[in-house]
Amino acid sequence: MKKDKQLPNSQGYFGQFGGRFVPETLLPALDELETAYEKARRDASFWTEFGSLSHDYAGRPTPLYFAERLTRHCGGAQIFLKREDLLHTGAHKINNALGQGLLARRMKKRRIIAETGAGQHGVATATICAKLGLNCVVYMGEEDVQRQALNVFRMKLLGAELRPVSSGTKTLKDAINEAIRDWVTNVSNTYYLLGSVVGPHPYPLMVRDFQSVIGKEAREQILVQCGRLPDYIIACVGGGSNSIGIFHPFVNDENVKFVGVEAAGKGIRTGQHAATLAAGAVGVLHGAKSYVLQDDAGQILGTHSIAAGLDYPGVGPEHSYYKSIGRATYVAVNDKEALKAFQLLCHTEGIIPALEPSHAISYAAKMAGSLDRGQIIVVNLSGHGDKDMDIVTEALGVRL
Amino acid sequence: MSRIASVFARPNHTALIPYVTVGYPTVETTLKAVPLFASVGCDIIELGIPFSDPLADGATIQRASYEALRQGIDPEVCFEVAQELRRQVEIPLVFMTYYNPVLRFGPEQFCSKCAEVGIDGLIIPDLPPEEGKELEESTKRHGLDLVYLLSPASTEERIKLVTSRSSGFVYLVSLTGVTGARDILPEELESFVTHVRRMTEKPLCVGFGVSTPEQARRVARVADGVIVGSRIIQLLSKDKSLRNACSFVKRLREALS
Repeated sequence: MKKDKQLPNSQGYFGQFGGRFVPETLLPALDELETAYEKARRDASFWTEFGSLSHDYAGRPTPLYFAERLTRHCGGAQIFLKREDLLHTGAHKINNALGQGLLARRMKKRRIIAETGAGQHGVATATICAKLGLNCVVYMGEEDVQRQALNVFRMKLLGAELRPVSSGTKTLKDAINEAIRDWVTNVSNTYYLLGSVVGPHPYPLMVRDFQSVIGKEAREQILVQCGRLPDYIIACVGGGSNSIGIFHPFVNDENVKFVGVEAAGKGIRTGQHAATLAAGAVGVLHGAKSYVLQDDAGQILGTHSIAAGLDYPGVGPEHSYYKSIGRATYVAVNDKEALKAFQLLCHTEGIIPALEPSHAISYAAKMAGSLDRGQIIVVNLSGHGDKDMDIVTEALGVRL
Repeated sequence: MSRIASVFARPNHTALIPYVTVGYPTVETTLKAVPLFASVGCDIIELGIPFSDPLADGATIQRASYEALRQGIDPEVCFEVAQELRRQVEIPLVFMTYYNPVLRFGPEQFCSKCAEVGIDGLIIPDLPPEEGKELEESTKRHGLDLVYLLSPASTEERIKLVTSRSSGFVYLVSLTGVTGARDILPEELESFVTHVRRMTEKPLCVGFGVSTPEQARRVARVADGVIVGSRIIQLLSKDKSLRNACSFVKRLREALS
C-alpha cells in the first residue's frame, strides 16, 4: 500500500483512472499549472501561508466531536464527527478555494473562474477572491440558480459575477462545461478554480492535497482522544473532495476502512440518482477517465439528489481507483434516508447538517447499530445545513 | 494512398472541409447535404457524432448536438448514415466526436465499424496524443487516419508531438476558444500556420471561427485546407431546401480557387 502515496503518476493516473482528456489549448495551461503547483508544493512558505490563513481566516482546526447522544441512539459503535461545518462559509470547500486562490495569486492570474452546483464552492471561491483581491466569475446551472437563491445572493454580495448556464441539463455538469469553455477562451489571464477532485491532472491531486488537512487533523485528534485509529471513516461522495480529504491521510492505515456514501436520490432503480460508483461505467467526463453515469451510447445522464452538492454524474478518479483495488467501499443512501438522518442529527446533537453529509450520517447510524461499542466511526460532517432550509421545508411539507 | 492523402496530393488545391452534425436538423438533411456539398467541390466532409457534453463547441454546435440527441442520434445511427453516404460520394468522410462515445462503443469495435462503413478518419477534440495510444492502435489496424489538433497556445514541444502523431492532416485551431462563427480571425493566424509548417510536411487544415469566403481565402493563402462548421450549421437550421447552405459552400469554393 505504501506506493499509493505516490499516486497519481506523472501522467496524472491513479491506476487506469485520471489523465488529461481536454482540448489542445488547455494542455499548455495544465502544464503551467502543474509546474506552478509543484513549485509551491515544495515551498515551505506556501504552506505556512496556507496554514496561517486556514487558522486565522477559515477557522481551522475544526473539532473532532464525540457525538454521544447519537451514539447512544444508535446503540453500537462510537460516532465521532469531523466538524467541517464550523468552517468559514459553512463547508469544507473553503480549504480548496484558499489553497488554489493562493496559487492563482502566485501565478499572477487575476481573473478567477469557478463552477458551482449547490453554491458552496461558488461562495467559497467568491470569498477567497474578495479576500485576495481577485476578480471572480462563477458559472452555475440555471436550475441550481433557482433552487439555491440564497447562495446566488451571497456570491453577488461577495463581489462575484454570476453567469447562469442554460445548456444541457442546466446543472453542475453543464456549469463545468461552460467554465472549461471560458478557460479555453481566456486561458492566458484566467485561473480555473475547480471545486472537486475531478477534472484533468493536476486538479485531482491538488484538490486532494488542500482537502487532506481534514484527514490529517482527524488522525491526530482521534489518536489524542481515543489513543487509536478509527475502524471506519464515512463520508459522502459527489465529486468526492471531502471524502478524499478525510480518507487520504489514512490510506496506509490498512485497518481503517473507508466508506463513501453516494446519493441514491429517488432510488437507483428509478434512474433518478447520482450514484456514479454504484451504477456507472468507466468513461471520460470533464477531462478525466473515471466512473461516469452514462447510457449505452456514451451520453452523459442527468442526475437527481436532494443534495445539490452530490448531483453530479462523474466522480474523482482516485475514488474509482479505490473502488477498483477495494481500498474503499461505496454505498448509496436515498433522499428520504438522508432527510431522516438530517433530522436525527438535529434532535440528538443540536447540529443542523447539510443534506450532503446527511447521507454519510444516515449510513453511519445504520452501521453503528450493527457494530459493538468498542468500535469507532469517524464521519466527515462536511457542511452546515443553513443553505438547505428551503429544500428541507419543502420536503417536509412545512410552510414558513 | 489513402483517400485523405489523395486530397492533399492535388497540386495548388486548397481543401474545403465542411462540418455537419449528423441528424441536424434531420437525418434527411444530412443525407441530402453531404452529396450536394461534394458535388459543388468539397473535398472532405466532417460528420459530427453528437455528444451530450461538447466542451470544445460554442453555442451553435452545442444546440445542434442537443437537437440531434433529442432525435435519438447515436453512433449506430451515424454508422448507418455514413454507410448510406459512402454509396453516394467518393470524397473522404471523417467522424468528429468526443472520446466518451468512442470509449463506450469500444475503440477497437468503433474503428472496425468505421472501416466497414467507409469512414476514413477520426477527429476527437478532447483526445490529445498523450491519451490517444489505445485508439491509435485501432485506427492504424483498420486503416483510418487519426487527426490531432494544435492551437495557437501549443508550445514548441507540443507542436512536435502533435505533428509527429497526427495522421491524414493536422487540425490547426485558429484561435484559443471554442467553435463558432467569428467576425474576425486572429492577427497571428498566418504566423501560427507558417510556424507549424516549418516543423512538419503533413497537410495543415485550419478550423474554428472561419465563417466567410473572405476569411476562407485568407486561410487558404497559408494552409492546405479550410474547415467550416458553425456557419454551415446555422444555414442548415433555417432552410430545408439547403439552397442557402449550398450557395454558401459554392462561394467558399470559389474563394479558395
